[in-house]
Amino acid sequence: MMQLTNRSMQVAKKELTLMERLYFPAIIKGMLITLSHLFKRKATIKYPDQTRELSAVYRGQHVLKRDEAGAERCTACGLCAVACPAEAITMESAERKKGEESMYREEKYAKIYEINMLRCIFCGLCEEACPKEAIFLTDRIVPSSFTRGEEVFGKDKLVEAIDLRVDVTKRQTPEVLDFKTDKKHYHNQTFLDKKK
Amino acid sequence: MTDSMLIYKIILCVIVFAVSLGAAAYMTWGERKLAAWLQDRVGPNRAGPLGLLQPIADGIKMIFKEEMIPTHSNRWLFILGPCFFMLCACMTGVVIPWGAGWEAGGTIFPMQVTDINIGLLYLLGVVSIGVYGVMIGGWASNNKYSLLGALRASSQMISYEVAMGLALIALVMMTGTLSLKEIVAQQDQGLSYVVYQPLGFIIFIICAFAETNRAPFDLPECESELVGGYHTEYSSMKLGFFLFAEYINMFISSAIMASLYFGGYNFPFQHELGLDGNLLTAVQTAVFFGKIFIFIFVFMWVRWTLPRFRYDQLMNLGWKVLLPLAIANIIITGFVMLFMGKLG
Repeated sequence: MMQLTNRSMQVAKKELTLMERLYFPAIIKGMLITLSHLFKRKATIKYPDQTRELSAVYRGQHVLKRDEAGAERCTACGLCAVACPAEAITMESAERKKGEESMYREEKYAKIYEINMLRCIFCGLCEEACPKEAIFLTDRIVPSSFTRGEEVFGKDKLVEAIDLRVDVTKRQTPEVLDFKTDKKHYHNQTFLDKKK
Repeated sequence: MTDSMLIYKIILCVIVFAVSLGAAAYMTWGERKLAAWLQDRVGPNRAGPLGLLQPIADGIKMIFKEEMIPTHSNRWLFILGPCFFMLCACMTGVVIPWGAGWEAGGTIFPMQVTDINIGLLYLLGVVSIGVYGVMIGGWASNNKYSLLGALRASSQMISYEVAMGLALIALVMMTGTLSLKEIVAQQDQGLSYVVYQPLGFIIFIICAFAETNRAPFDLPECESELVGGYHTEYSSMKLGFFLFAEYINMFISSAIMASLYFGGYNFPFQHELGLDGNLLTAVQTAVFFGKIFIFIFVFMWVRWTLPRFRYDQLMNLGWKVLLPLAIANIIITGFVMLFMGKLG
């Protein structure tokens, strides 16, 4: 059989020697082990005071981006909802009215956009699917709540504030943008590309 | 007894009572901290700096919890149980000499509430009565888990008292007195009794673990088998009393071990330091508390190292190992004393 660790030992059922039956050497050995742990580094991260170091491309709570002028980028195409393996995203689209040009970037926008954070598996496929650079995962941790309903995040929690933009440059690298325009991928093809 | 002495004794009584309660409270904090450290955790750190206010928070929580007395229980005995256990735990502190004595105005005020000449016997007696608190509590609950826990606790405590008493007899043969003050004073010069009685000390410390219901002999309270042991039905401060009394017992038995086998408040080269009477007493008391805390540390250290004994193993150890060893210890001590010509 393959050895998984080098710590495995051959065991044999034999009579205990007098030293072993005395228990004391074994007890002292055990106590020295626990004593050595007294001086070891503690594994605990004191969470609210200290935060864990996250990786550069950590996938946490989503954000719906606005463009430079402050208009929402999402056009409610539904590609994210299609891409979502956990079926956590639902949306309802609406047509932009006259005078709302500063609020929404395109003629169609998401009237309702909800992500169920209890269903979401934070895979990041939604941001990969998004052709409008509208949805991104950030390094923010989804806060806990007392009810399930609170974990369904609507636009009030997802869309970034105009004066408090969320930085997504770590996840919007040139390589990622390049990948997104690559016509080889189905979701990057326009209606005309597909006809060809 | 003069008036000043009477007032001093009353004050000392209150101090001893307060210190044993305070020590017990902070031992709960120490236990949780040490448990955490031994398991590579941090331990309580929210209430106050280093979690030092944790015992106070726990106490307040205990007091404000709903008080429940089961309808099937024997009401008065149910209340009597924890009170009795607590009372016995607090009664043991009076015979322990905490220091040599203060000198003021030509009189010496001893750091001991009372020096009865049968101090050791009194200790054993009070400890034995303490078992009744557990038994009454468990029986009055009218619950099978409580009753089983109480049975286990009482049979364990009674079994280990035998070996404990016999271990002490070998010591008493050497000291020739039962007064704790005398025993400690004998260790002023020369070696502590642990050097003469190493086997007796080992038997005594094992029995002390069993008497205080501490791991690895914490069978009366083993959560995995008995729900909660003899205090299953208890809630609020009555439960607190049971848990608290256990810590007081631990504190007192540490003090007893320190004074019987490790010279009490004496420390090596104490007379060569050139300290005057009262200052020396203060240092001695500090040293005594240092010894006590080392023993408390050992109590906790063992708890977070060793797994629990099985019940038959516990009884085997008590009756078939410790008891014969204690008797052998008495005989060996007797022979050695005979040949050394120490016999009166």
